[in-house]
Amino acid sequence: MLDYLLTEEQKMIRDLARQITDEKIRPVAAEYDKSHKFPWDVMKVMAKADLFGVYIDEKYGGMGGGVFELCLATEEFSKGCAGIAICYSASALGAYPIILHGSEEQKMKYLPAIAKGEKLAAFGLTEPGAGSDASAIATTAEKKGDHYILNGVKHFITNGGDAEIYTIIAMTDKSKGARGASLFVVEKGTPGFSFGKKEEKLGICASSTRELIFDNCKIPKENLIGREGTGFIAAMRTFDMSRPGIGAQAVGIAQGALDEAVKYAKQRKQFGKSISSFQGIQWMLADMATETEAARALVYASAREVNAGVKDVGMHSAMAKLFASDVAMKVTTDAVQVFGGYGYMKEYPAEKYMRDAKITQIYEGTNQIQRNIIGMALIKESAK
Amino acid sequence: MNIIVCIKQVPDTAEVKIDPVTKNLVREGVKSMINPFDMYAIEEGIRLKEKFGGKVVVLTMGPPQADAILREAVSLGCDEAVLVSDRAFAGSDTLATSYTLSKAVEKIKEYDLVICGKQAIDGDTAQVGPGIAAMLDIPQITYVRKIEEIVDGNITAERVTEDGYEVVQTKLPCLLTVVKEINHPRLPSLKGKMKAKSVVIQVWKAADIGAEESRIGLKGSPTWVLNVFTPSPREKGKIFEGEAKEAVDKLVDSLKGLIY
Amino acid sequence: MSGISVDKIKCIGCGLCVKACPFGAITLVDKKAVIDLDKCTLCGSCVETCNKVHAIEIVRESTQTPDIEKYKGVWVYAEQRKGVVQSVTYELLGKARELADKLNVEVGCVLLGSNVKDKAQELVARGADIVYVVDDPKLEHFLDEPYARIVSNLVRKHRPEILLSPATSIGRSVISRVAVQLRVGLTADCTALDVDPNERFLMQTRPAFGGNIMATILSKNHRPQLSTVRHKVMKEAVADSSRQGRIEVLEFDRSFFASRTKVLQVINEVTSTVNIAEANIIVSGGRALGNSENFKILEDLAKVLNGAVGASRAAIDEGWIPYSHQVGQTGKTVCPNIYIACGISGQIQHLVGMQSSDVIIAINRDPSAPIFNVASYGIVGDLFEVVPLLTKRFEEVLK
Repeated sequence: MLDYLLTEEQKMIRDLARQITDEKIRPVAAEYDKSHKFPWDVMKVMAKADLFGVYIDEKYGGMGGGVFELCLATEEFSKGCAGIAICYSASALGAYPIILHGSEEQKMKYLPAIAKGEKLAAFGLTEPGAGSDASAIATTAEKKGDHYILNGVKHFITNGGDAEIYTIIAMTDKSKGARGASLFVVEKGTPGFSFGKKEEKLGICASSTRELIFDNCKIPKENLIGREGTGFIAAMRTFDMSRPGIGAQAVGIAQGALDEAVKYAKQRKQFGKSISSFQGIQWMLADMATETEAARALVYASAREVNAGVKDVGMHSAMAKLFASDVAMKVTTDAVQVFGGYGYMKEYPAEKYMRDAKITQIYEGTNQIQRNIIGMALIKESAK
Repeated sequence: MNIIVCIKQVPDTAEVKIDPVTKNLVREGVKSMINPFDMYAIEEGIRLKEKFGGKVVVLTMGPPQADAILREAVSLGCDEAVLVSDRAFAGSDTLATSYTLSKAVEKIKEYDLVICGKQAIDGDTAQVGPGIAAMLDIPQITYVRKIEEIVDGNITAERVTEDGYEVVQTKLPCLLTVVKEINHPRLPSLKGKMKAKSVVIQVWKAADIGAEESRIGLKGSPTWVLNVFTPSPREKGKIFEGEAKEAVDKLVDSLKGLIY
Repeated sequence: MSGISVDKIKCIGCGLCVKACPFGAITLVDKKAVIDLDKCTLCGSCVETCNKVHAIEIVRESTQTPDIEKYKGVWVYAEQRKGVVQSVTYELLGKARELADKLNVEVGCVLLGSNVKDKAQELVARGADIVYVVDDPKLEHFLDEPYARIVSNLVRKHRPEILLSPATSIGRSVISRVAVQLRVGLTADCTALDVDPNERFLMQTRPAFGGNIMATILSKNHRPQLSTVRHKVMKEAVADSSRQGRIEVLEFDRSFFASRTKVLQVINEVTSTVNIAEANIIVSGGRALGNSENFKILEDLAKVLNGAVGASRAAIDEGWIPYSHQVGQTGKTVCPNIYIACGISGQIQHLVGMQSSDVIIAINRDPSAPIFNVASYGIVGDLFEVVPLLTKRFEEVLK
């Protein structure tokens, strides 16, 4: 791995996350992949280690870092199990709208519990009819006196049902399209707020994905984040900052698969010698390593840009997510190939990485949407 | 409750290898770590502190590099760290080590409990814990698998024996050696790691603890190593492959005279 | 002055010591060995390597037990639990007899307990010339303080040159305290003992690093020389009821029995199988068993062989079987006649706990598992198929 000149604190985060991965995640990864249970025991370990607060300001009980620190932890966890890692990083996705657009009162109210890992957060945007086209949101929030009444269904929500704090996009004025969307905090247990069934997925099986059902769910008006009509912008800004996290997850998956492939290639003997002595295998491994490192470099650079407070990070974070997730898919597919027949068997670790990698090309904006963002930004830039 | 946890730096046995030619232990480049049994001592110390208040002082005797394991102990939640380190301690056997550590414990002065792991994995002697207790003339409970209660200056604990366990009670201050069963050691926290980085480790020399010259290091060590050798490697065994039934029959035949 | 030195004239700059030093304390400067005293622990590895030219020397200026020549006799601490003298005591008596005969001295035995007087004759039959018995209700349970105090007192009074004790939880606790009270050396967990009849040194050989290396330890200038000895490594002395010996039942002042510690309860954990440290045959399982129910197949085999069930750390950590069954670095070190490893891959942490077993049998699906490197016999196969077959076959031949 390249020397990315991490600070002492960043090295501590990485080392601690690595230790948790080796001691607490790897031994249980296959079991959670099979049982589809939510990894609460691992969440508790991460919480005790202060890792849920690495991106939250010290004022709110965090450790004072930013997206880059979050990426370092996410990458390490993902080497062991991307499903468990996403439970961790999806909480950050739920918290970011509050960090970016919440009032001081909202930050004081919600962030300390999230930073300590006492409560998980989740972000709710996607709906059955509104995926890539976020402006097609149908969930409504109608103001009635001191309250908003929420109605509608969110689906494919990571941490849905297990998180305590949800940041939700709902339309306060449907006639205005995307500019009529607003952002709210809804706590688990609010009357009228319930969950649908847990989805069965191809990969990241340790994480929970559920529907959020709002049926005349009444929330106080203080739960509005920012002003009415700013929800869509807030969501897009959140994604601009969270995309390196998906990139980091992808890098972790790729690295985890690569490590397994190298280990296996050294062990596996055919034609009387280790398959790692064959140039065909060496070249595959070389490409996998080079691509993974390139992805890491791009993810780190874009995360550092976010940390530094650069104004428009959208294009670069889209590049990081796009490139890293495509790399993860390719590297994990090749890892299965290095394992040969064993790679296809669930008893060996390779196929899980491949299944887990696929989602990184899809969620938080499909890679096609990422290309749209990059393309639009290019055109916008050239028009300057 | 003030607790002193004694720990030792040992080579990571997972990395210790035998040189195939010289048959010597290759310790070059082998990482050092906290003796695994001491991790349970640290954890128990921290748990008691969390329950009763007070502080945990972690103590080791070793070369200046042993600083690293003390910082690790602080990252887990120990409050203070003391390194007893002096050229004069070189060559210490278990008697001299027990003496040296007991002098350091006396200097720390205010303590209710001294906790040690049951033994170190490099020497496997299990002598230093009881040795410290004898030097300090405090009672000891060895092989503790559970602390049942601490009330009114009395501690009740379960001591593992060959046949089961005993419930033993004694007065504080006392020394415990603990076994793996007692707890599950925690991982460090980020805040702990940060504290470990900045914590000032007290380094005490022989004179600082008032150790008598004749009782430390080589001079204070009645035992010494005459020679070290590698046990002759086991002969290559007979491996049966193929049909299970057949292999089992062959194996059982080979054991004739041994078992039946 | 105590310490280490290099004779620059003798040193040929071969560099063997540099490699031998476990602490990286030696470098070659101008083709001569130079020792960094800040790193050196005086472990002696270099001295031993430099056995051709003898350029490195460790000088010991040690204190000495006064009247050292007056110490005579080989003693055994007779361990009893619940009034029953443990078989390890007879193993030690066998060794003590052999050492005493070489030194031409008597074998003494210390027996502490409550209602144990009548056990002294058996100790004589097993080789003791004199048995010191302290029989008192206060000694019913093992307690570190009175036991150590009495043993130390007897040693001071009678001055044996050697005292052997079993390396059990009791022996290791009490003798460590005795060593400090007498300010003498103690060598733990010996697997071989011998004496030099002229110099009267006890050469104590013990494993270190979990048996990866063996070290011979001396305590030249102090008496008695204390050793704890592992169970099952020495041969038990055969009883000879015609043997004659003296039995001294001693009275001690009440103050000797004072203890700040008391035993409230003694609980025997009844398991279907015997204590692994004492078992002649151990059937052990690891992660491959998959769950706690599957240990049943190991228990079945152990039962047929009258052995005990052991386990690797992985199985303990999964909670399939209690910690008392763990073999390995953080568990128990065992040396049975036969160790049967079922589905245990053979990580170094496990090997250090069992590699001194006489015969090791490995059953594993993976022919390249490291356990096969130490195995006397091995079967490559699925333990769920092999072990029940093995149980059945043993049942047949043991009939």
